[in-house]
Amino acid sequence: MADEIRVAIASDQDIVLARQRGRTLAFELGFSSSDSTLVATAISELARNILTYARTGEIALKAIQSTNRQGIMVVASDEGPGIADVRQAVKDGFSTSGSLGLGLPGVRRLMDEFMIESELGHGTRVTVRKWKQ
Amino acid sequence: MDVPILKQGEFLIATIQAALSDADLLQLRSGLIQQVVRFRSRAVIVDVTAMDVMDSFASRTLREIAHMIRLRGAETVIVGIQPEVAFAMVQLGLTLEGVATALDLEEGLAYLNQKFRSTS
Repeated sequence: MADEIRVAIASDQDIVLARQRGRTLAFELGFSSSDSTLVATAISELARNILTYARTGEIALKAIQSTNRQGIMVVASDEGPGIADVRQAVKDGFSTSGSLGLGLPGVRRLMDEFMIESELGHGTRVTVRKWKQ
Repeated sequence: MDVPILKQGEFLIATIQAALSDADLLQLRSGLIQQVVRFRSRAVIVDVTAMDVMDSFASRTLREIAHMIRLRGAETVIVGIQPEVAFAMVQLGLTLEGVATALDLEEGLAYLNQKFRSTS
C-alpha cells in the first residue's frame, strides 16, 4: 500500500499539510490516536526547522515494516546551510535561531528512532521512525 | 483560518476551530490584543479544543498572548487542551508556564467568575 508521500515545505501552510498527512498515514496504519498525535507533532517541528533554517525542503512519509511490526518513517530533508555541530544540536537547550532550542531533542523524545545527517553548506537530513505499539 | 473572537460581558472568548498555521496564530495574537484594548476586557479565554497539534510555535505564541494580556492587567485562560496533545507537549518539553489552563470553556468561565468575584 502507501508509497512514499512527499510534501514540499516552503511556507507555514505546508507545515500544517505535512503534519496532517502524517497523522492520516499513522492513523491508517493503525497507530493509536495518541501516537498519531506524537507523529504529527514531530513532523510539525521538523517541517518548522526546514522553514526556519533552510527556507525550503521536503518531508517524506512512508509506511515501514520490520519482521513483526509496522511503523512510520519520516524523512525531513533540505539543502540549507547544514548544522556545524550535530551532536550539540540534539542536546537539550541548544538553538542557533533564538528559539527555545527544544526542537531536535524534543522530536527525538516523540519518536522511537532518530538519525541526523548534516553537512555544512549542503543541507540536513533527519530520519525518524515510530513503531506501532 | 480566522479565529472568531466573541465578546461576553467583560470577557473575550476566542475559539480555535481548525488547524492553525503560524500566520493564523500570529493573527490571533494581534486580534486578541486589539480587542482586549478596545473592550477593556478583564479576561480572555482561548479555547484550543479543536487543535490537534500544539507544537513549539503554537505554545510559544499562546504564552506570548497570555503575557501581553497580563501586561494590560487582564487574565488569560487556555481551555480544552486535549489529552493526546498534552502528552505530546510534555514529551516535547513544552510548558505553558505562568498561564492559567482549564478543562473546558465551562470550567474556564467558572474559574474567571470565581476570581473576579473574590477580588471585586
